[in-house]
Order: sequence, then structure tokens, then C-alpha cells
Amino acid sequence: MKFGVVVFPGSNCDYDTFFVLRDVLGQDTVLLWHKEHALQGVDCVVLPGGFSYGDYLRSGAIARFSPLMQEVQSYALRGGLVLGICNGFQVLLELGLLPGAMLRNKNLKFLCQHVHIRTENDQTPFSHKTKRGDVLKIPIAHFDGNYYADETAVTEIKTHDQIVFRYVEADGRATEEANVNGSMENIAGLMNREGNVLGMMPHPERASESVLGSEDGRVIFESLIAHAQRAY
Amino acid sequence: MIDKQLLDEHNLTLEEYELIVKLIGKEPNITELGIFSLMWSEHCSYKSSKIHLKNLPVEGENVIQGPGENAGIIDIGDGQAAVFKIESHNHPSFIEPYQGAATGVGGILRDIFTMGARPIAVLDSLRFGPLDNPQNRSVMDGVVSGIAGYGNSIGVPTVGGEVYFNDCYSLNPLVNVFCLGLVDKDKIFYAKAEGVGNPVLYVGSKTGRDGIHGATMASAEFGEDLEQKRPNVQVGDPFKEKLLLEACLEVMQQDLIVGIQDMGAAGLTCSTTEMASNSGAGITIDLDLVPQREEGMTPYEIMLSESQERMLIVARKDRVEEVQRIFAEWDLDAVIIGQVTDGNRLIVKAGGDVVVDIPVDPVVNLCPVYKRPSAPPSDVRTQTQLDNVPLPQDFNQTLLKLLVSPTIADKEWIFRQYDHMVQVNTVLLPGADASVLRIKGKTKALAVALDGNSLYAYLDPLIGGKIAVAEACRNLACVGARPVGVTNCLNFGNPEKPEIMWQFQRVIEGIATACKVFNIPVTGGNVSFYNDTEGQSIFPTPVLGVVGILPDLANAVSPGFKQQGNAVILLGKNREELGGSEYVKHLHQQEKGKPPRIDLEEEQRVQELCIEAINEGLLESAHDVAEGGLAVCLAEGSLLSAARFGFRVNLDDSIRADALFFGETQSRICVTVTDKNRDRFLHLAEQRRVPATPIGMTGGDRIIIAHRGKNLIDIPVLEAFQAWKMAIPSKFVAK
Repeated sequence: MKFGVVVFPGSNCDYDTFFVLRDVLGQDTVLLWHKEHALQGVDCVVLPGGFSYGDYLRSGAIARFSPLMQEVQSYALRGGLVLGICNGFQVLLELGLLPGAMLRNKNLKFLCQHVHIRTENDQTPFSHKTKRGDVLKIPIAHFDGNYYADETAVTEIKTHDQIVFRYVEADGRATEEANVNGSMENIAGLMNREGNVLGMMPHPERASESVLGSEDGRVIFESLIAHAQRAY
Repeated sequence: MIDKQLLDEHNLTLEEYELIVKLIGKEPNITELGIFSLMWSEHCSYKSSKIHLKNLPVEGENVIQGPGENAGIIDIGDGQAAVFKIESHNHPSFIEPYQGAATGVGGILRDIFTMGARPIAVLDSLRFGPLDNPQNRSVMDGVVSGIAGYGNSIGVPTVGGEVYFNDCYSLNPLVNVFCLGLVDKDKIFYAKAEGVGNPVLYVGSKTGRDGIHGATMASAEFGEDLEQKRPNVQVGDPFKEKLLLEACLEVMQQDLIVGIQDMGAAGLTCSTTEMASNSGAGITIDLDLVPQREEGMTPYEIMLSESQERMLIVARKDRVEEVQRIFAEWDLDAVIIGQVTDGNRLIVKAGGDVVVDIPVDPVVNLCPVYKRPSAPPSDVRTQTQLDNVPLPQDFNQTLLKLLVSPTIADKEWIFRQYDHMVQVNTVLLPGADASVLRIKGKTKALAVALDGNSLYAYLDPLIGGKIAVAEACRNLACVGARPVGVTNCLNFGNPEKPEIMWQFQRVIEGIATACKVFNIPVTGGNVSFYNDTEGQSIFPTPVLGVVGILPDLANAVSPGFKQQGNAVILLGKNREELGGSEYVKHLHQQEKGKPPRIDLEEEQRVQELCIEAINEGLLESAHDVAEGGLAVCLAEGSLLSAARFGFRVNLDDSIRADALFFGETQSRICVTVTDKNRDRFLHLAEQRRVPATPIGMTGGDRIIIAHRGKNLIDIPVLEAFQAWKMAIPSKFVAK
């Protein structure tokens, strides 16, 4: 499978994601520079974490206008697989590929810590190798991860089963305390209605090697890889 | 006209001025005076400290670069080198905590990538006044946010550090930032300006009026005019620095440039003169070509500006277009502002006129060096006996009080604001004795620890200097790493006071002695004098940053207990020492007495045993006995264990129970071992002549410490955990 990891100026998890996909998971992986127009025939575009263009405006607000993102948008609308991690999720929201917006974390501080997330929908290209109710330990690191959408949008999201991951306790209960950033409905990972675009705040690339304390993030990449194999 | 008042404003003495006139053979104009004022400031010239710093051991077979460059470099094998340095940003962080701390991070990162290394970790050593004071809380909140704001954005993990609280830092917080970088040995760059006719390029942010006289500000005491100094603090732009970092490293990977220097303290002045001086060359620049953020800046302002995120590059004449193309790809300007000349002079033009024409050598190398008078303090702080310290009525309460002392309490409130995982190399999370970073594709790992107990140094600067080294190395030993190099940040008061100079001299002597015993070279560092506000000096605060190598990453050990039923073994001897302890300070409000003594050979044997045992896979956990003594060290084993189980320990020593439980006798480490490894480990300890006493077992849900069979401490782990965990966050809850 061929992954493309987008590099915006200010991306800082681009190389981490590239390293995990290429060196840990052995996948054909390329970096896609924000000024380019070609997606180089990739099977999945990954928008990595970081502070694209400095994020001095709203997170992700400028990245959506980069030349490459125009390609990514039409690729996604054609049904191409897009995974946005952290800042990548924020860019997908700004781009309108996913509904809603991000607010500052409820405690108004940057949060870097391991959290637990639970699979809510296991019928997606990103999660089919987990089972509904599975709990994954994956770190977060963000300032603006407090997911917000209006009532109508939330109803829509739930109706179409778009919530893929929720913040939970280690034992799987979706509590207020587990929802560290204050997201609506404890949303940690959200996909579009078509099911080909996922945004998630936790960083699966930081939980893909046992030496770093958790391998729970690998299953997300492995789901994508298995999905691509099946698709061929 | 240059008069006494103008010299005062530039922090130059009349004698210094007369020397300048003699050296350059003319009366300097105002811009030239400004240049000398910066380069001859304490911050840039080390004029009061040089004479003592030369006593530090700087040689070692693995040293690639010792003191004097942007950072030190140690060969770590496999064609790679570790590049590291620590630097203070104390004064700016008090005036404007967020930006002061943020630009402290930005500055040290530039020092590292200027040498061609990719920064892989930041650690901070922070000192604040007590948190009951709202101003101290606000300073700490700002400093932590500033470090987070800069480091998180640029994508270098802040993986650890240390924080102490003491009254003496209320008006003078300390922000010392350490950075570690990794470089291929054949890709190291220096601040050189070689090759007559080679172009000098200015890259990065435009120059503004920010930070003018920053280095001079850091070289004087603070009075009541703090508000007026706020404009002297620079403003950081981590996004710009991220672009600069990537573009510079890309340029350095190809054979395009001769030398590079960041514009940190003293900006364009420092970078031009140092690069020229290092290569015995001259530089001519035209200020009309310097990208400027504001209109109407004078040559004086442009030369003295400390605007952040700027670099000066000397490129190869024939490759300059390629350099400019790479910077353009990162949306950065790389503007030719001058060239390398022969003749050893700095010539600066503006508006067609020559505004500066001075020889570089006097600016960089001929600042007078002072042997300032030194004298021990007149009070007898170390001679106070501690017999009047009463034994605690309730040891449970004493332990709980120590666990909520902010110096000891859990620091998660701080470190979870830092992205400590980006770059996917962080093996041990913050809170361990030392940070451990994997090197991708290698078996070995790097470990780093910062340490420095200023109360010990205040009570006895010689011992304080020794213990700072010993403890930082002990922290490395507790994860299994052997030290390979050290950098230091020396924070002191006004060196014109004989007592401060005496402290400085003694601390250096202590550091030098310890480094020689441990055989680790000092590869550089930073001196921050004039940490005085309204006449009050801080405690002498040496902070040691030690880098070590762990041969096999898989063996790294963390401080938390791992399984129930492991034997708890104490390495080292207990002694009746209370002076300088957090117990006496925090519970009895005394900053008196003799600090714990230190026998460096004994210390080394304990550390070597710990390293050897960890690398043979014999230990489950290891944690050094430090602030709060043995009781706190043991309690932390529980508090840092994933499952938070307890332990039961009995101590048999016939010394005062409070000294035994809470005293800070050096050269002790608490380890846990499985039944299977217990005898083998005890045998190894005996062979290595290290006292190793089995004192109890892990398990249960209580923290139990007995003295000669009688339980003096017996509390639920959960109660201790909540107290320890909530101590700092509770200070910041909105009231």
C-alpha cells in the first residue's frame, strides 16, 4: 500500500508518521510537499500533526488553502482515503470535509498525555481490525481538541454512525473525567458520512512501538493496509 | 559626545572605555560604542567568570568540541555525535514570563541546529518563589506556557527537567533551558567566515527594535524600573524558527556553505564579529540590505537588535543561488548583505557611509578579564546546630507534608503542557530520574538529567557544586546510563559583591573536583550573574546537565515499582544528617546547617554498581534518594508505579528517626529486585564494595516504614497519591 504524508510548513509529526509507516510497518510511503499539485498515486493521504503555518490564526485555517489541499479535497470527494491526525483533523474541519470545529481544551491548557479511546464503529477502513467496544491507549498532544458541533450536526453525526472513537476510562466507560479536552459526545475520532475520511486527535503514530509504551495505535494503520489489500 | 552618563547607560567603566580607545586607535562613535557595550557585557564576555571557568576539566577522548562554540559536542560512536548546551533566560522571564521563556527555548534550539544537529530534546530547570504568592504563580504559569508554546510548535519534545521553589526566587525566577541534538560527525558546522569574497547571507525574520540591550540588561541588577525593561524582551515566532531549522539543516546536508552563526544575544554584532574573529578574517556588511520590520531604524539599533529567528551564513561564492533556492522553498529570504574580507576589520555601511570601522579582535577577544575580590559570608549559616529541631509527633503527617511541598510534589501539571512525545523517541516519560531517548535504528539510547540543589550550595558552595554533579550523574545511573559529558548553567548574584564571587569560585571548584573524579568533561555552559533584585541575591544555583549513554535501550529502568513481592534494597549508608534538607526547610522553616557531606569515590561505586546491575537486567526499578530523603524516595516508588501498590520497609539504623527517614544523606539509591535476581545482585554489590541492605518488600496498598520494628509511617497509598498529585494543580484552581 502506498501512503502519502503531507508536509505543511509547521507540520511536526510528518516525519514521525512517515517513519512509522515506512520503517515500522514496512509500507511504501512518500512525503507530499504542500506546494505540489500531484498526489503521486497514493492509496491513502495522511495529514499529520503539528502547527501548520504556525497556526497563529485558527488551527488549520491557513493549511486548507495550500495548493496540495485542493488536490486532497477532490481526492477525498472521489472517495480516496484520508486520515487526519491532530492538526490534520483540524485541517479537515476547516476544509469542510468533516463537520464541526475545535475549541480550546476545557482547562485552557495544552495537553500531552496517554488517553484511552473506545471503538464506536468498527465498520470503517480505519477501524475494522478493532471490535466495537475495544479500548486503545494512545497519546494526545494538542491545545485545540475540544470538539464542537451544533445540535443538528451532532444528531446527523450520530444518525450516520460517524463517531469512530470516543474518549473513555481504561475500563471503557465514557465519563466526564476521561473526556480530558471537553469534546462534545467524548468525540476523539470522527469520519465523514461516506466513511473515507477520518479525523482523530490522538496520535496513533506515537503508539506503534512497544518501546514507546503502547502499540495500540498500529491497528488503525493496519486496518487501512488490510482494507487496501481487500480493495485490490 | 561620549560622557560618563552615556558610558553608564552602556554598562562600561571609564577604564574600559579608555582601553577601547587605545585598542581601536580612535574615539568610537555611538554605534561602535554600542557594539563594545554588548560584546564586553558580562553576558557575552564572561569577564568576571573566565578566570575561574578555566579550572573546569574540558578534555576527554570523546570530546569533539569543548567550551567556546555554540554548543559542546561529544562523539557517541556509530558516526554520530551528541550536541548539547544549557542556557539561562532568567531576566527576560521575570519581566515577561511567556516571551522570556519562549525565546529562551528558541535561543538554545538555534545554538544546537547552528552546528548542524537536529534538536531531539529540551529539558528545563526552573526556579520559582513559593506558590502561595499570586505573582509567583503568574510567573510560573507564564514560563510554563511560554516553554510549551515554543517547544510544542516547533516539534522538539520537552522531555524533562526539574523545578524547585524557594523564597529567594520570588523576584528573580530562573529559567535554564537545555537542548540536546544529534548530528552525523561529518556534518558538523562552525561559526566560520572563511574565503575572501564569499557572500554573507542574512536569513530568517526581519530586524526590529526588539531586544535592544538584552545582553546588557542581563548583565545588571534589577531595580524598580522593571516595567521600563519590558521592551527589551524579544518576542518569539516558533513557526519562523521551524522553517529556519528545516531550511538550515537542508542547506547543511549539501556542500553549500562555509560557516553559520545564529543571531542570539547581541544579534548582528555578535554573529559578524565572532565569525570573522574565528577565521582571522574581516566582514563588510551594508545595513541598507538588512531586512527590516520597522522604518527609520538607526545603524545603532540594527546592529544591537536582538530580534529572534535570524541566522548569518557565509556561503560558497559559487553555490549561493542554491542556498537561496532552498530558503525560498521554505518561504524564507536569504539576502546577501556583505562579504568576507581580509584585514580583520568589521566594516558596516549605511546610506552609503561607513558607520562602523573597527578591528574585530578587540571586540571579541580583548575584553578585560577581572579577578574580582572574593570573601566568605560573614554569617555562620553552616555552624548552626540542629539539636533544636524537634522530632515529629506524627511521621505520617510529616511525610504527607513533604509530598505536598511543591519541590517534591508531582509535576504533571507542568509537563503535560509540554509535548514530550513528538519525534517518537521518548522512552521514559517525564517524572523519571532521567530522560531516555532512543536513537532510531540503534540499540543504544541517550539519557539526560538536570540537577542542582541551591540550598546546599548556599550553605556550602563547594559541597553544593560537588553534589550537583554527583546527583545529576546519579540520576543517569538510576536509568542505567553512564555519563559522557556535562554542561552547566551557573546562576549567581552580583559578581561585584565579594561574597557572590566567593560562592562562584567555590561552586566551580566543587564541580571541577567531581567532574575529575567521574572523568566527565565539561563541554560548555552559561554563566548568569546579576540575579539580584532590589539588592537581594538568589542562592548560588549551579544547574548541571549531564548526557549519558545507555548501551541497550531495552534495559532502561524507571523509578516506579514494577511488581508486588519484589525485594526493596537500599544502596549506600544512612547517616545522621539533616542540614539543608527539604524536611528542615519545609517543616521547620530553617535554611541552616551543614549540607550532607559527599564522598565522591563512594558515590562513584554506588553509581557504577547501579549501572552494571541495570545493564545485566538485574533491577526492576531504581530511584535516587534526594529531596525528602529515604521516606519520600520509597513513597515515590509506589506513587510512580503503574498499579500504585505499596510496600513495607523496616530500618534498623541507630540514628535519629527523622534524619533516617527524611535526611538527605548522599550516595544512596533504592532499588527493587525479583526473588530470582536478589542473591546475584547482593553478591555483585559485595564484590563492588557497596553497602546493599534489603529493607523490605513491595506489595499491599499501604506505605509502611518502620524504625526498628515500630511502624512510624503507615498510610494508604491512595491518600499519599492524592496529596502528591493535587498539590501543584490545587494552587492554580480558579478562586
